[in-house]
Amino acid sequence: MTLDHRDRLTEPVREAVHTAVSPVHFTVNLPFEISDYLSETLATRRALQQENSRLRDQQLLNAARLQRLDELERENIRLQGLLDSSYEVEESVVIAELMRLDLNPHRHVIQLDKGSRDGAFAGQPVLDAHGVVGQVDTVGRGTSVVRLLTDPSHGIAVQVTRNGLRTVAMGSGNLRKLELPHLPNNADIEVGDRLVTSGLDDRFPRGYPVAEVTEVRREPGLPFARVIARPYAELDRSREMLLVRTTREQAEDPELPAPQLPAEQPPEDTVPPAEGLLPGMTPQDRGTPDTSEQPDAGRAPPAGGATEGQP
Amino acid sequence: MSELAGRGRLVIVVTILVAYVLVILPLPAWAQLARPEWVALVIIYWCMAVPQRVGVGVAWLAGLGQDALQAGLLGQQALAFALLAFVVLKLHQRVRVYPLGQQALIVLALLSLVTLVQIWTNGLIDRPMSIHSYWLPPLAGMLLWPWLVVLLRAVRRYYGVR
Repeated sequence: MTLDHRDRLTEPVREAVHTAVSPVHFTVNLPFEISDYLSETLATRRALQQENSRLRDQQLLNAARLQRLDELERENIRLQGLLDSSYEVEESVVIAELMRLDLNPHRHVIQLDKGSRDGAFAGQPVLDAHGVVGQVDTVGRGTSVVRLLTDPSHGIAVQVTRNGLRTVAMGSGNLRKLELPHLPNNADIEVGDRLVTSGLDDRFPRGYPVAEVTEVRREPGLPFARVIARPYAELDRSREMLLVRTTREQAEDPELPAPQLPAEQPPEDTVPPAEGLLPGMTPQDRGTPDTSEQPDAGRAPPAGGATEGQP
Repeated sequence: MSELAGRGRLVIVVTILVAYVLVILPLPAWAQLARPEWVALVIIYWCMAVPQRVGVGVAWLAGLGQDALQAGLLGQQALAFALLAFVVLKLHQRVRVYPLGQQALIVLALLSLVTLVQIWTNGLIDRPMSIHSYWLPPLAGMLLWPWLVVLLRAVRRYYGVR
């Protein structure tokens, strides 16, 4: 029984049992729901007006920013189209709210109030306003359990924005820390580097902020640098989360010939160390297939001419 | 008679459900560390009081439910609780006649057994436990035991669960 759960064999059973116990979850959450509801309905008119105007300002600001972003994205898609790489165009999100429950004390998991009924699925990326939170672990009908980035068994494929260096960030069991255990001592990484999702794990869409490097220690005697990063997402404070659904505009085609140079990721100096490392690290994360970043074979965008003009 | 049996079953299920609620009820951080294994306590009680009705099977199911509830590894608590029920069934005739204080000590040992199984299975799946606080829940369970017995006994007598 226990061993069974190494693999994902018992997923349906898990879902069924999870759904079966969800009334208990709702019961526990109910008092908080009520108090939220009361505090919302009983808020004073003045406070509401203030909040309203504040939100309107914010909205204006965001809209302005969004215009620029739209333009950038269009340009990006055009460029990516020239390079003929896959690009996630549309990401629809579902807003989910945190249910206030204490789950397993030995794991970093939280529960959200959206389940398979709302389109959630296992492995779905979860974000908050600041960055990546984690991924859906188990879904029930109306609830889902999310494994946080910082769970010791979680890993996420990341990329340094400054130079495109790719690696994997593993959870540490501490809500404020992620570890980057697979970087050699001579890797080009500095304190303050921004890590974003690289999209290579096939779970998380590309380009979402994950963490900021807070500590880099290079010990001459050790093969790997000790790199610690702090997640952007407020893992223990956010209440609203986003469940992201990505639709890949152009699926990878495994039949195409092996790639020459990854067109979108040319930096030669960073790729070889990463490749050399990746096979060695996969055994560490047995339970989570999501973390095993494939060596480039099937991953790189199909080489060749522009089979597709406008995405 | 069968109606009585049905009612008894209902009472037992309800107590386990209440224990579930207590297990995932949000607590402040300091109290979280010492959260007793409520479901285990309830199972110990029912195994001792009505061993012909609550045994390894019920305990296993209750454990499975708790696994699902806590989003843990399915079967982990189930294993621990089944083992617990087995030991309690072996001991129940002796422990039942002990004074409450002495019972509480036995309960401490039983809960430690549950914790041990948890640590062991956690170790098997490479999930190290925070080692400094693992002994708090059994202790809390021990302190709660006398009150729980009084409460559950009243419930049992009131509904005539046999």
